Amino acid sequence: MIELAALYVAPPTLTAHAPVLAIAVPLLGACAAALAPSGRASWVISVIASMVGAWMALAVAGEVMRENVIIYQLGGFAPPAGIALRIDAMGALLALLIGAVGTLGAIFSGHSLVAEVRPEKHTLFQAGFLLAQAGLVGLVYTGDAFNAFVFLEVSSIGTYALVAAGERRDRRALPAAFNYLIMGTLGATFYVIGVGFLYAATGTLNMADMAARLGTLDQSAAVQAGFAFIVAGLGLKAAMFPLHGWLPGAYAHGPSLISLFLAATATKAAIYLMARFLFEVFPDGAAFGEAFLDWVLAPLAAAAVIICSAQAVFSSELRRMIAFSSVAQVGFIFLGFSIASADGLSAALFYIVAHGLMKATMFMALGGFAISVGARRLNDFAGIAREAPWTALAFAIGAASLVGTPLTMGFLAKWQIIEAAIASGRVWMVVVMAAGSVLAVIYVGRMVEVMFFREAVPGAPRAKESPIGVLVPLLVLAGLSVWFGIDASLPQQLAQSGAAGLFTVRP
Amino acid sequence: MTAPILDANFALNVALLLMLVVLAFAVVRTRSLLAAILLLTVFSLVSATWLMVMDAADVAFTEAVVGAGISTIVALGAILLTRGEVVRVNWKRQVVPGLLAVIVGGMLIYAVSALPDFGDPASPANSHVGRSYLETTKHDIGAPNVVTAVLGSYRGFDTLGETVVIFAACIGVALMLGFGPRATLAPAVDTLGDHHVVLRVVAKLLIPLIILFALYVQFHGDLGAGGGFQAGVIMAVAIILHALVFGLRDTMAAVPARVARTVAVLGVVLYAGVGIVCIANGGGFLDYDYLFTPQVEAMIPPGLLGDPDHVHHWGQHFGILFIELGVLMTVAATMVTIFYGFAGRTVDAIEARART
Amino acid sequence: MNWLAAHFNYVVVVILMMAGLFIVFSTGNLIKRMIGLALFQTSTGLFYISLGKVSGATSAITLDATSVDGKALAAQLDPAYVERFGVDGVVYSNPLPHVLILTAIVVGVATLAVGLAIAVRVREAYGTVEADEIEALSRVTAEQAEPAP
Repeated sequence: MIELAALYVAPPTLTAHAPVLAIAVPLLGACAAALAPSGRASWVISVIASMVGAWMALAVAGEVMRENVIIYQLGGFAPPAGIALRIDAMGALLALLIGAVGTLGAIFSGHSLVAEVRPEKHTLFQAGFLLAQAGLVGLVYTGDAFNAFVFLEVSSIGTYALVAAGERRDRRALPAAFNYLIMGTLGATFYVIGVGFLYAATGTLNMADMAARLGTLDQSAAVQAGFAFIVAGLGLKAAMFPLHGWLPGAYAHGPSLISLFLAATATKAAIYLMARFLFEVFPDGAAFGEAFLDWVLAPLAAAAVIICSAQAVFSSELRRMIAFSSVAQVGFIFLGFSIASADGLSAALFYIVAHGLMKATMFMALGGFAISVGARRLNDFAGIAREAPWTALAFAIGAASLVGTPLTMGFLAKWQIIEAAIASGRVWMVVVMAAGSVLAVIYVGRMVEVMFFREAVPGAPRAKESPIGVLVPLLVLAGLSVWFGIDASLPQQLAQSGAAGLFTVRP
Repeated sequence: MTAPILDANFALNVALLLMLVVLAFAVVRTRSLLAAILLLTVFSLVSATWLMVMDAADVAFTEAVVGAGISTIVALGAILLTRGEVVRVNWKRQVVPGLLAVIVGGMLIYAVSALPDFGDPASPANSHVGRSYLETTKHDIGAPNVVTAVLGSYRGFDTLGETVVIFAACIGVALMLGFGPRATLAPAVDTLGDHHVVLRVVAKLLIPLIILFALYVQFHGDLGAGGGFQAGVIMAVAIILHALVFGLRDTMAAVPARVARTVAVLGVVLYAGVGIVCIANGGGFLDYDYLFTPQVEAMIPPGLLGDPDHVHHWGQHFGILFIELGVLMTVAATMVTIFYGFAGRTVDAIEARART
Repeated sequence: MNWLAAHFNYVVVVILMMAGLFIVFSTGNLIKRMIGLALFQTSTGLFYISLGKVSGATSAITLDATSVDGKALAAQLDPAYVERFGVDGVVYSNPLPHVLILTAIVVGVATLAVGLAIAVRVREAYGTVEADEIEALSRVTAEQAEPAP
C-alpha cells in the first residue's frame, strides 16, 4: 500500500518548482541531445533527462495528494493575466504515466534505434523524443487553454517526423506520418477555433476563470460552437471513433519506440484535456453537455469498441491489430467518461493508465522481436516464443492485461467501469463491454496461439532473445501491469482524488 | 452593444476581405501547384494589409515575413523536389467534402451570428483580460508596445513553447531532409560574365542592410512593432538571398549547417536558462523581477532608462531583451536549417536529372 | 443591413475556413493538401483578430494622448466614447488576440515545413505525391513478405 501523501522524494525547494522542472528538464535534455557528438551520447542524455523528469513528476504527485491542487504562476503574474500551471490529481497521474513510459522507452531506445532508424539520425531522434515528453507534460500541467494548444503542438510536431523516421524499415511510415500530420494539425486548429469562441464569450483564456464565467452565461450558439469544435479537435487527437483514421498507419509503420510512446501517452493526454473541458470548464447545468455525453459520446464509444475490435480480429499484420485494439480500448475509456459520475471518471482514468502500460508492453515486446527479425504479418511470428521466451512472456502479460485476466491491472480497470455503469443504470454498456472483451479474447488468442503454440516455419529467419538493455525496461513494464493488478493503490488514489475533485466543484 | 463605426477603415476592411475570398476560391480551383503557392503568397500579403487595418501591427509584420516569405520559399522548394506541376482532379472525390463544407459552414455562420458585434469595445473579449493588459503594462513592465509586453512577460511561457515549436520543426526537417551535406559538393557558381551581374551587385549591397534592419527590428520590438520572430525571419532571409544568388556552397561555407543547428539549440537554452536563473534567484520560472540579484541591480545607475522610480522594470526590460535574443537565434537558425534541408536535396535532384 | 455590417468579418472567415478544409479533403495531392491546411490555419488567425478589433481604435502601442497622433485620433471620435473605452485618453485595440495569433502563425509555418519535408521524402520513396497511387504502391509493399533486414 503506497501512500503518496507521505512520499517525499525531493527537498522542499525543489518540490516547489517541480511542476515547471518536469517540463524544463526534458526540454534542456533535448537541446543537449541535439548537440551530442554520437548516438550513444544522445541516448545517455535521453535516459538521464527522462529519469529526472519522471522524478519531478513523482514529486508533484506527492505534493498534489497533500495539497489537493497545485497552482504555479509563471512569470510571476497571477492568472488570468498571466499563465499558471494548475495541477490536480488527474494531471499528476497522467504526468507520472508519461514520465514512466518515457524513461523506460528511453532505456529501450538504446537498442531499438540501432535496428530501426538510420544511424546519422539518432541524435536528432532522441532530441525529438525528449521534446515530445516535455510537450506532453506541459499539456497536462497547464491551466491555460491556449497554452495547452502550444504544448500540444510542441509534442505533435516532433512526433510527426519521428513516425516518418521509421522509413528505413518500412516506407509506409512516410505516408502514414503525413496523414497523421494532416489529421493532427486539423485537430489542433479545430481546438483553437473552439477556444476562440469561448474567448469571445468569456474574455479569458484561463480554464478555471472560463469555468466561472461560463456558469453565469446562458448557452448561446457561440458557446455551443466552441464546445463542438473543442471536442472535435481533441477527438481527432485522441483518435476517437470515427476520427481515428490516422492511428493504425502511424502505429503500424513507425519505429517501435514511437508506437509504444504514442499508444501510451499521446492520445491519453488529448483525452485528459477533453475531460478537463467536459467536466470542468463547461458548467454542469449545460443541457447540451449532458445530451452530448448520452447521445453522441456513448454511442460513438460503443461503436469504437465493437467495430475496431472486429477490425483487429480481421487484420493480418500484427502491429495493425494492436493499433485497432488501441482505438477500441479508447472506446472503453470514453464509455467510462459518458457515465458522468465520479466513479465513471475515476474508472476511466484508471483504465487510461492500465491501457498505457499494457500497450507499451506489447509494442516494446514487438520492438524486441524486431531487433532480430523483420516479421510483420501475424503468421510470420509463428513459434517465436521458443526463440525469444522472455520477450514473448512480457507480450503475453500485456495481452493478458488487455483481455482483463484477473491479477492484471486490465482486469481491475474493466471491473471498475462495469461497476460504475451498473451503479448508474447503464446496463447496455455492460453488454457492449462484454462483447468487446469477447472480441479481444479472439484477437489476443490468435496472437498468443501463433507465438506460443505453433511451430516455426522452416527456413524462416530465426529470432533471437532481446538483449538485456531491452529486457530490463520490458519486464519492468510488464511487471507494473501485474503489480498494479494486485496493489492498485498508487494509481487508484490519484484517479479517485482527481475524479472527486472534478465532481464536487460543481454545485 | 455598440454597432461598428462604418468609416473608411471599415470599407477598407470589407474590400480586403473580399479580395481574400476571391484568392481563396482561386486556390481551390487552380490545378497548377505553382499557381496555388503564388496565390497563397498574395493571400498572405493581402492578409498582412488587412491586419494593419485591424490595428494588428506586429501580426501584420509577422504574417508578411513568415506567410509571404518563408512559406513561399519552402513550398517552392518542395514542388521543385517533388516535380509537382499539375494536380489530378477527381470529381467524385469532391462531392462529399463539398457538401460537408456547405453544411458545416452554414452551422458556423449560424453560430457566428451569436457573437458580439464586430468592433464592439464592450464585448467580453475586449473588456476582461485583454483590456487589463492595456491598463497594467505601464506599471508592471514599462514597455510601450503592449503586444511585446504580453508576449515576452505576461504570457512568456507561451512564447517559450512557441520557440520550442520552431526548434521541433528544425529537428523534424533535419530528420527528414538532413543538413544538405551533399550541397558542399555542388559546383561553384561561375561568376564571370554571366547574366546575373545586376542581381549579384544589388544582393551584395542589400544583404548587409537586411541584416541591419533585422537587428533594428529586434531591438526596437518593445518600442514599436517588431520582436524576435520577425527579426529572426528577416535575418534568415538575408542568408537565403545569399544562397539563391551566390550558390549554396558559398553560403554553407559562410554559415555552416552545424553552426546553424548549434545556434538554434542555444536560443532555446538561453530562453529556458533565463527562466532557471529567475528560479535560482528566488522567484518563479520566468519571473523577470527576480532576474537580477539586488547586488546586480545596485550596479545599474538609476535614471538610466529615464524613470528612476520604476527600478523593478530593469528585470523586465532585460528579461524581455534576453528572451527575444533567444527567439531571434532559434528562429533565424531554424529557417536557415530548413532552407538548407530543402536546397541541399535540390542539388541531388538536379544532378539526378542531369545524369538520366 | 446592420447585422451584415456587424458580422461581415466572421462570415468571410467562415467561408475562408471552409475553402481550406475543402482543399484538404477533396484533393489527393499531398502538396495541395498542405496548401489547404495553411489556408485553413491562416483564416483561423483572421477570426481571432476580428474578435479583438475595437472601432476607431489604434494599435496597442502606447501613445501619448497629448501628442500630435493622439490628438488626431481623438478628434475622429466621440469624447464620451474615448472617455469610456480609452486608456489614458486613447482607444486601443485588444492586444491579447494579436499575441495568440503571432504564436499560431509560427506554429503554422513550422507544421508546413515539416509536412512538406515528409512529402518530399514520400516522393523519393514512392515516385509520386498523389494519395491513390501511394496507396496502390503501399498495398504492393504489404503483399511482399518482409525478410530480415
